[in-house]
Amino acid sequence: MARNKEKMVMVLDVGPSMHAVLPEVEKLCTMLIEKKLIYHRADEVGFVLFGTEETDNELTNEVGGYEHVTVLRNMKVVDGDLVDGVQQLPRGTVRGDYLDAIVVGVDMLIKDYKVSFKGRKRICLITNAQCPVKDPDEGTKEDQVSMIAKQMDEKGISFETIVVRGLLSVGADKRTLEENDHLLNLFSIKASAKIVQVQNPCSLMGALRTRHISPVTIFRGELEISLKMKIKVWVYKKTAEEKFPTLKKYSDKAPPTDKFATHDVKVDYEYQSVEDPDKVVPPEQRIKGYRYGPQVVPISSAEWDAVKFKPEKGVKLLGFADASNVRRHYYVKDVNIFIAEPGDTRDTLAVSALARAMKEMNKVAIVRCVWRQGQQNVAVGVLTPNISENDNTADSFYFNTLPFIEDVREFQFPSFSNFPASWQPNDKQQEAADELVKMLDLAPSSKDDVLLPEFTPNPILERFYRFLELKSREADAAVPPLDGTLRRITEPDPELVAKNKYVLDKFRSSFEVKVNPKLKKSTQRVMEDNKAGGSDEEDGLLDAPPEALAVRSSDDTHVDEIGDSNPVQDFEAMISRRDSPDWIGKLLLSRPYQEINNSTALDCLEALRKGCIMEQEPKQYNDFLRECIDENKLGDHNIFSRFYRDLASKGLTLISKTEAPDRL
Amino acid sequence: MDLDPEDVFKDDEDDEDSEFFQLRDSTKEFVVYLIDASPKMFTATCPGADGENETHFHIAVTSVAQALKTHIINNTYNEVAICFFNTKEKRNSQDLSGVFVFDVAEREHLDRPTARLIKEFGCVEESFAKEIGSQYGIVSGSWENSLYNALWVAQALLRKGSTKTAEKRILLLTNEDDPFRNISGIAKADMIRTTLQRAKDAQDLGISIELLPFSRPDEEFKVSIFYADLIGLEGDDLIEYMPSAGQKLEDMKNQLRKRMFAKRIVKRIKFVITNGLSIDLHTYALIRPTAPGAITWLDSVTNRPLKAERSFICADTGALMQGPLKRYQPYKNEDVKFSEEELREIKRVSTGHLRLLGFKPLSCLKDYHNLKPSTFVFPSDKEVIGSTCAFVALHRAMIRNQRFALAFYGLSTNPRLVALVAQEEIISDGGQFEPPGMHMIFLPYSDDIRDIEQARTSQLTTKRPAHRATEDHIQKAAALMKRIYLKDFSVCQFSNPALQRHYAVLQALALDEDEMPEIHDETLPDEEGMSRPAVAKAIQEFRTSVYGEDYDEADDKPRESEASKKRKAAAECVAQEYKNYDWEELADSGKLKDLTVVELKYYLAAQKLPLAGKKEVLISRILTHLGK
Repeated sequence: MARNKEKMVMVLDVGPSMHAVLPEVEKLCTMLIEKKLIYHRADEVGFVLFGTEETDNELTNEVGGYEHVTVLRNMKVVDGDLVDGVQQLPRGTVRGDYLDAIVVGVDMLIKDYKVSFKGRKRICLITNAQCPVKDPDEGTKEDQVSMIAKQMDEKGISFETIVVRGLLSVGADKRTLEENDHLLNLFSIKASAKIVQVQNPCSLMGALRTRHISPVTIFRGELEISLKMKIKVWVYKKTAEEKFPTLKKYSDKAPPTDKFATHDVKVDYEYQSVEDPDKVVPPEQRIKGYRYGPQVVPISSAEWDAVKFKPEKGVKLLGFADASNVRRHYYVKDVNIFIAEPGDTRDTLAVSALARAMKEMNKVAIVRCVWRQGQQNVAVGVLTPNISENDNTADSFYFNTLPFIEDVREFQFPSFSNFPASWQPNDKQQEAADELVKMLDLAPSSKDDVLLPEFTPNPILERFYRFLELKSREADAAVPPLDGTLRRITEPDPELVAKNKYVLDKFRSSFEVKVNPKLKKSTQRVMEDNKAGGSDEEDGLLDAPPEALAVRSSDDTHVDEIGDSNPVQDFEAMISRRDSPDWIGKLLLSRPYQEINNSTALDCLEALRKGCIMEQEPKQYNDFLRECIDENKLGDHNIFSRFYRDLASKGLTLISKTEAPDRL
Repeated sequence: MDLDPEDVFKDDEDDEDSEFFQLRDSTKEFVVYLIDASPKMFTATCPGADGENETHFHIAVTSVAQALKTHIINNTYNEVAICFFNTKEKRNSQDLSGVFVFDVAEREHLDRPTARLIKEFGCVEESFAKEIGSQYGIVSGSWENSLYNALWVAQALLRKGSTKTAEKRILLLTNEDDPFRNISGIAKADMIRTTLQRAKDAQDLGISIELLPFSRPDEEFKVSIFYADLIGLEGDDLIEYMPSAGQKLEDMKNQLRKRMFAKRIVKRIKFVITNGLSIDLHTYALIRPTAPGAITWLDSVTNRPLKAERSFICADTGALMQGPLKRYQPYKNEDVKFSEEELREIKRVSTGHLRLLGFKPLSCLKDYHNLKPSTFVFPSDKEVIGSTCAFVALHRAMIRNQRFALAFYGLSTNPRLVALVAQEEIISDGGQFEPPGMHMIFLPYSDDIRDIEQARTSQLTTKRPAHRATEDHIQKAAALMKRIYLKDFSVCQFSNPALQRHYAVLQALALDEDEMPEIHDETLPDEEGMSRPAVAKAIQEFRTSVYGEDYDEADDKPRESEASKKRKAAAECVAQEYKNYDWEELADSGKLKDLTVVELKYYLAAQKLPLAGKKEVLISRILTHLGK
């Protein structure tokens, strides 16, 4: 595991011009530490701040200089305290020199040198690179950068820079920006360095990989152009979904006094005969059965193995096709990348030649892949060229899996031209749509691509790790709302909306959209309620700006109990408030049905039914009603039958699938 | 109805898919195969696949058998009946002569095909003469009309079910273009009239009648004599009928085994274009990897189905756990516990809605921005009037401007950014090749994208520019590309060899067929084509250009890495050491326990046995292996 360890120094600009994005920097660092605490607990992290009022670093003490660089934390294995440290970074007061800070960072890594350490060493700089670096005592700034870069390269330190641009750099000195860009780019020529520019706070939070996954090849072998020509390639995953963590099941059965309790839950499977549930069959006595018509054909795995499809490992070219013949929506899986085997330059040349020729001629390659020996299926996919823009990086191919005939369902859909005239947009409507598509632009220039997947973090994972941290401090913390910065991922940017208000208004007024009045009452009501955006929490977020939501909820009078004067309204208020997820539970506790003779109970029940359909929580209502009936069975028979009759007459039956299709 | 606690934690891909695999019987098909068994079917022949002449009856029976074999996999809920007419024996519920309904035990006449039906029908020819017999049903002097009877029996069989839920078809296989040739006069006219009326009655009930005629090489089947009226052909259709009928028969025999799915809305979603304007969309799964059918566990002794019962047991106390369980994540030396509701809440972001964020040029959608199959969206005016109009306008505008829409899709299990790519309708060969609508492509987050290129570059020990192909290399590659060109390549031109093999094996085992069928793997490269001189030359030129003249496969042997050298040396050392002991003797005298673990492992390593475990375990493993 030693190879997978990492020593990392974060070098952060906290100078005055950075203050606006420091909250995002804090969140990014917090997330980094939180993930390390789970997945890489042995990693060591150091923090260097520059642009601070004070100066506190070893180099100052040893050789002098290096002012306004503060070591927030020396190289140390990640721990919980670190989370507190980075959640509230000090705000600096001076314009710092990033080269000084980098040197301090490199120095920390060098001093920490251990022969046995085989893992990665990494420095990550986050700055807006607006402040000029000081002229060195001797030589030029370029010389200085080269020296540092050489030092990094020798010590095997990789260097990553995130430059925050966009709104922050408005008003900054252009010459300085250019000079700094030039200097930072020098690093990538001399050392293994990567520089990314981010334009907005949201992409800042996605610019750093917070969880390191070492690249592993899924295939090493030959790309067979024909029997006569083979190119040696390595294949890696280019995209792979980072899944929501799978959490272990927790058992609270062990007595609290038991200090050694594992709290584990074992999952036990028992196989029972369908006809006779008492008959249990041991797992090894099972056999797999496959449906053939109405019958099930038992086939043992030994039988299968003897006759299964067993292709030979290898990647074979089937031919080249026009790029336009492979539509984008046919890609069915995550993406792989083919690179030439490192070392042999001729393979790199061959890949480069094919990739460039494909790009020029607008062609793609169709290949058949069996990644592993013993794999029981083949994949047919498409290679598309990936021409490198960086001189140090070789050209490569992306590989996307394509579907087989069996995977494509040929459903027919009506042609748009066959639609009735009322469904066809008129010229005015088309114009409004054209304008909307042109103006609501997320990529005004190639540099300024908002919400580029590469820089867009998963807001759900961010929320999970933040919640985890909150819970570790306070066990019954509530789920926090989605991060404000990451709202840009789930909702349109208010700025963009404001800028295009005219276009959006025009589009809205051009199209008349209304709920079909002929629909069944219940469905319609759900739709309308959703539209009004009144009751549903998410809808509130969508349809009204957050401020409006806050105002409305505070307007609500606080009702906790059902009064005598206006019971049904009170009841509805309780439902619609719905401030916590367990609202139904509260309602159940109020148990209006205990006074069955009272007709208000029925009214409340009606309101509950309505509410449950609206909230798409039919299960709660249905369970409640069943419980009601069960309890009544035990009670007075006359009351029960009257209650039952009343229920039926008011149509208060169980909620059916048609009324709440999503949840049943 | 109960919420499965596991569901909450399941990947949405899983539950989405399992939804698709549930078959609906709303669009099933009821088919009656009416096979002419008149003597003429046995005498007339035409050249078969292997050059020998085959009787029309044989072709008819094998075609139907083949169709059944595909049916049982493609549309397992379709129901079929097989019925011969012009037979000696009779078997049908109306007791009409000349009509024999073929069936097997445990099956209604019109029912889902079973393995037994297919199997017994496969050998119907052997016993046909004895058990069913062939004779002309329409002869002069008799008022019997076997064709009329056959249609009547078929119609009676199809009485089951409503035409709303099932499509009903009669497939008539015959080589007799003039069934009433043996009679004349009023009798003939009368028979023709009643038969046509019978057919019309059936058609009025929503039953379609299709004809699969056989021609002899010397004598074309003339549809116009009688059958054109029966199936209602006129004008141009009549001329084109014969060639298309021949094709139909071919299709029936060679149909691919491919499970059919009824068109079904996966989800209804609200597409919020802007505040106060949302339209209604339906999503469909047009592309989903097909898995071989679901597994049912059986008791290997009785072959009866089993059901799995899952229970959660507390590891500390052994108590049975009930209800939704809490989950935990170890963090900072403690276990942080989550309730199911909390986990759901974390994932809840504008649930079920698709929220428009803006538009980008199509070039911003990179090839690696993909994670899973796309989902098709199509507007619906059923719930929200005006949806289609707005959708069509946006669709057109996006195609015109070559832009896609970026939106956030609040799926309850896995909310994601999606790209909506407009697709224009494409019609080819009279069929819809690409339906009009938008494809929703699920985009990765930065957490999901790996920067392999950078990682590779940073592993290089010395910094130097990567090798780039020269103009000459690129030209040679381009020339090669023109040679190995797949014209008119279509994405779905290959069938999945693993799946086809699976179906074939399943069929062979279900029907007790003797030999395992060979499946042609369409995904293999065309080696013959590749070795054509022109192609070979282009490849050779490209190869020489890049690898040089003297490049030899021989010196191209995989270089041994340091690690593999070490491994080899270690293996040799073990083999040496292994020989130094008399293992049999040591085992017999019980002296194995006197050896050290390292020494014991010489044996295990040499015999390629697992090396893990304590000393006792190792000893017992050695003893077991020696058979003691």
